[in-house]
Amino acid sequence: MALSTSSNFAKPDDAFRAVVEAHRGLSDEQSADLDAALVLILANHIGDLDVLREAIVLAQRRMADATQQQQQQQ
Amino acid sequence: MAQQSHIQFGYRRHPDQDRTGANAAEHPVVVVGAGPVGLSLAIDLAQRGQPVVLLDDADRIGEGSRAICFSKRSLEFWDRLGVGGRMVDKGVVWSVGKIFHGASQLYQFNLLPEEGHKRPAFINLQQFYAEAYLVDRVQELSGIDLRWRNKVTGLEQRNDHSVLTIETPDGAYRMRANYVVACDGARSSLRQMVGAEFAGKVFEDQFLIADVKMTAEFPTERWFWFDPPFHAGRSALLHKQPDDIWRIDLQLHPDVDPAVEKRPENVRPRIARMLGHEKFEFEWISLYKFQCRRMDKFIHGRVIFAGDAAHQVSPFGARGANSGLEDAENLAWKLDRVLRRTSPEALLETYHTERSAAADENIRESTRSTDFMAPSSRQEARLRKAVLSLARETEFGKRMINGGRLSVPSTYQTPLSTADRDAWQGGPRPGASMIDVPVASPAGEPMFLTDAFIKAGTRFALLGFGNGAAVDPPDGVGVIRVGGEGGLSDPAGLAGARYDAEPGTAYLLRPDGYVAARFRHPTRPALDAALARAAGHH
Repeated sequence: MALSTSSNFAKPDDAFRAVVEAHRGLSDEQSADLDAALVLILANHIGDLDVLREAIVLAQRRMADATQQQQQQQ
Repeated sequence: MAQQSHIQFGYRRHPDQDRTGANAAEHPVVVVGAGPVGLSLAIDLAQRGQPVVLLDDADRIGEGSRAICFSKRSLEFWDRLGVGGRMVDKGVVWSVGKIFHGASQLYQFNLLPEEGHKRPAFINLQQFYAEAYLVDRVQELSGIDLRWRNKVTGLEQRNDHSVLTIETPDGAYRMRANYVVACDGARSSLRQMVGAEFAGKVFEDQFLIADVKMTAEFPTERWFWFDPPFHAGRSALLHKQPDDIWRIDLQLHPDVDPAVEKRPENVRPRIARMLGHEKFEFEWISLYKFQCRRMDKFIHGRVIFAGDAAHQVSPFGARGANSGLEDAENLAWKLDRVLRRTSPEALLETYHTERSAAADENIRESTRSTDFMAPSSRQEARLRKAVLSLARETEFGKRMINGGRLSVPSTYQTPLSTADRDAWQGGPRPGASMIDVPVASPAGEPMFLTDAFIKAGTRFALLGFGNGAAVDPPDGVGVIRVGGEGGLSDPAGLAGARYDAEPGTAYLLRPDGYVAARFRHPTRPALDAALARAAGHH
């Protein structure tokens, strides 16, 4: 199974909202704790190491993009 | 501190020491280091008929307990060497581990949940007892020449042998060896003599080991704490040994002063907080940091490395001594065959192939355990915190807690295996170690398959099921038959189940008890080919 990057939610706004609301009122430290737990819960639900690794690579690409943009702005 | 028991051995001058220059003695195998690995290797070789010279630079055993957990696999090996029973009789048998976070239990695991194995998942036994029993066994065998206070100080490698310079209380002498096996521990001097790199990952956290003597009612289980009330923010381990000795491991902060921490007056309050009383005496206190690393090559010309000399792991997981013993069982039969010229020298290369992969696996597992115990960044600590808290209410969280993954034998990806061609739903696949099962002798006496393997000669053996398509085994191959006329019986049906056996099924076992090949209906040519492959004739 490959990582699905097509839109899977009927209402994507609801899903985004659910995550955002979970962080409302939290300090950065608490938010980071929440995310750590959430990542592990979702990773276990996926239960497929290849998919997890693909997801990590996709997420890591954000870091690379952010660095590139910063360099272009300078 | 209580006096640590130890056993003193005597240095004795050997006639080899009078031989000089071209007249120096020559021996087929010299094993350097009489620890558990060197002693076990020497015994295995001697039982196979090889004369062995075994050198050790000290003349006593018993400096602290050191290794304490010996695995089922190690016990099965020691059964073949004739010392397994003694180890188990003295040892503390255990199979259950518990993980605590703070004051509450998070998780419990059983390392051998099924019945019908001769040996338990683990015994705890002080290393000096294991060594003492092995030395007793060495002394029963005429083939081993054990020389105390013989320190190797020089090594010259020639094409087909090495020349060792050995320092003794009577001065130095030289000796030629066709093969040298270095079992001389983590600080191996032979490793330095061959100029091998030994780089790896150093862990900054320090651990304090204390062996304390007390009578206590704790069960014989392995207890591991994250952030216990008596040692806030760090981890702790409690484990029982024979003689009312308890092993306690406490993780310390990386920045504490070892010399100060190690003083009994500083260790005592910590342990008293852990136990809730002061009724204990110290047997041994040691402070350590550790590294995970291995040699690139376990074989350097005619010098072969085994145990801690070749690889080092963190102690969480009991993968140090046990993997060294697996090295010994892997090497002994191969070296024996090469010395007899029944296998080509290339067979030894598979020692490196199989055992370096096992070392990588052990390093990977123990590095993960150590990283979990001592997170190296705030985010790692945060992820661990999430796992520990999820473990309170989810099964996956419990399974993700890593307080040490305990030693299990590796399954070898090896050129000695013949790939399966038939369909299997279970059973040990080629490269895996044999699985024990209860059987009964033709006379009806209960015994185990591991006993039958020893009776068949601890050599290549054909394990066949039922009367099916019996084939004559090739020359020199032992036979174990389960079911059918005159065979072992399988009263609980476990042999059939654990080996996914049907009438006619046959497993070809290596002399170290690993599966080389398996067939639903073996033919003689197929067996011959599998045997040739397993013996290193490509």
